[in-house]
Amino acid sequence: MSIQVRTMADMMASGESPDILFWVGCAGSFDDRAKKITKALVKILNHCKVNFAVLGTEESCTGDPAKRAGNEFTFQMQALMNIEVLNGYEVKKIVTACPHCFNTLKNEYPGLGGTYEVIHHTQLLQDLINTGKLALADNGTFKGKKITFHDPCYLGRANDVYEAPRVLIEKLDAALVEMKRCKTNGLCCGAGGAQMFKEAEKGNKEINIERTEDALETSANIIATGCPFCNTMMTDGIKHFEKEEDVKVMDIAELIANAADL
Amino acid sequence: MHQLIFSVLTLVSFGFFAFNLRKIAQNIHMGLPLDRADRKADRWRTMLLVALGQKKMFTRPIPALLHLSLYAAFVITQIELVEILVDGISGSHRFFQDSLGGFYTFMISFIEILSVLAFIGTIAFLARRNMLKLPRLSMNELVGWPTLDANLILVFELILLSFIFTMNGADEVLRQQVNQTNGFAISSWFGPLLFGGITDTHTLHVLEQLGWWGHILMVYTFMNYLPYSKHLHIFMAFPNTFYSKLDPKGQFTNMQSVTNEVKLMLDPNADPYASPTADAVPSRFGAKDVTDLTWKNLMDAYSCTECGRCTSACPANSTGKLLSPRKIMMDTRDRMVELGDYKRKNGADTDDGKSLLGNYITEEELWACTSCNACVQECPVNIDPLAIIMDLRRFLVMEESKVPTELTGMLTNIENNGAPWQFAATDRLNWANED
Repeated sequence: MSIQVRTMADMMASGESPDILFWVGCAGSFDDRAKKITKALVKILNHCKVNFAVLGTEESCTGDPAKRAGNEFTFQMQALMNIEVLNGYEVKKIVTACPHCFNTLKNEYPGLGGTYEVIHHTQLLQDLINTGKLALADNGTFKGKKITFHDPCYLGRANDVYEAPRVLIEKLDAALVEMKRCKTNGLCCGAGGAQMFKEAEKGNKEINIERTEDALETSANIIATGCPFCNTMMTDGIKHFEKEEDVKVMDIAELIANAADL
Repeated sequence: MHQLIFSVLTLVSFGFFAFNLRKIAQNIHMGLPLDRADRKADRWRTMLLVALGQKKMFTRPIPALLHLSLYAAFVITQIELVEILVDGISGSHRFFQDSLGGFYTFMISFIEILSVLAFIGTIAFLARRNMLKLPRLSMNELVGWPTLDANLILVFELILLSFIFTMNGADEVLRQQVNQTNGFAISSWFGPLLFGGITDTHTLHVLEQLGWWGHILMVYTFMNYLPYSKHLHIFMAFPNTFYSKLDPKGQFTNMQSVTNEVKLMLDPNADPYASPTADAVPSRFGAKDVTDLTWKNLMDAYSCTECGRCTSACPANSTGKLLSPRKIMMDTRDRMVELGDYKRKNGADTDDGKSLLGNYITEEELWACTSCNACVQECPVNIDPLAIIMDLRRFLVMEESKVPTELTGMLTNIENNGAPWQFAATDRLNWANED
């Protein structure tokens, strides 16, 4: 089943311009698990009749993993090329479901000539609900469920966004349970700083296992995240403990899409 | 005679302290320039909250309260030091007592109460460090001098406080012998408890003088010990928080030197054979040694009191990896002092052939970092170990091409197809048409 989504090129060809660009990101475009998050978000955007577009094949890696790996050249090559595309389409506002893209676009692109209003998808979802554009159905999907939220480092500590995802979870008919390390004290999932793309250095434990233990301690039924990489790491952690049947790892966008019967 | 000895001692102490402060300033200035003169109001606010107000300490309330007792006692006792200086130079005894009257009694009482709290706090810190063996206070990087340093500071504090009570206690007993009292909150009863059995006025005078001289000697010793110790944080916390990074923690610097090169590469009109302008070529990309770091990175290193909150919050460290953000800061300081001393001896343009990366910090430590900012978040004086880690990584990658193999693949993928994985850019929108 294909999903309706328009590209910036389409829109420009028909003389339209979207209110907001959805920056899908590499994970959201190529990773099988993250693609589901992308689709959940698009369903919500379509349902709420948000006038948005994606770059499609014109999108390219923001350069975040290159920069965190120490390769500033590759980062800036990517950044300058992306900025040329974004400025070419006169993009003003961007939403993304990836905190790494979010951080880079919001904080590191302005110095290179790309200044946009950048928000994380949890902030957009919060806004859609607050303005009455999105109503959650009373379908009991999450009734009696316990949900814990894993703070992505690049959303939380890096950019001080702690409330939006929590406000959304509280809108569900479920209980939000916090891990002992949360918000500013949240423990990394182990994927940041380009670690996602390499083996961990020698140690006595994997970071995602340590973090999954924090999550399991809450006896939550769902581990909610707001980052495709955290999602991968926590899902691997849950598999490690063979808890796939009892505990699901889901993005906030998926939770909201389910609760809105989309 | 006393006044002469005191004056000479005071001059020598402050002189030597100034001499060492100058060295510290010189060492910090070995760093690269960085503009942190903007947003003054935000900077003052940060300093007042974080340094003066100890805001970040209170995420762990018990050590915060113990620390606060030492900190408050230290700050308030400085007021008494004014009188000690006046008495020492003029030969007077409690110069301000008569003119200030009740306020004087209040101030000294306040200092005495804080001193008792500080004494308890110091004992608790010694016990925690040496008996409780808190993990973050008994790690490898603290073996030897750092542990001795920490204990010395605490012992100095105990001696200092003991002298204060010897001085005030003996003075009180002397007063009571002529049916008077200083009326200070602690010494008015603690003095007689300690020295009440002594009736000989001369012995009491000697004790009082011992306390007075002991106190000031310890103050001068302590002051001149600071530049060699992690305890320098009591001063450095203030400028260091003032010059904090005020941008979002996730925002890393964009290297201007790289921007220049990349713009040349992307500009079809650029002349590849044009001779580069003098300022276009930096000495190196990223940091190999302390001279490649900014002055703020170096100030950070001098501000670190090795509490280890960064390391205890570090996901890499808590899962057994080699990385410890505290060690990064300790290494940076040790290397800076080593190089600074070398340059002062052999000339500013000389180099001892050693470097921070390699001689102090290993690649394995750097590659363990997830850039999660937990260390930055935790630091009670806003030190940024991550900035140093990233600059050292940049040198490894851009100057030495020392990249972990898997990351080479990731970087190649980004360069070739605009994604960290091997997917074609043309397939980027396929998700919209898949199940």
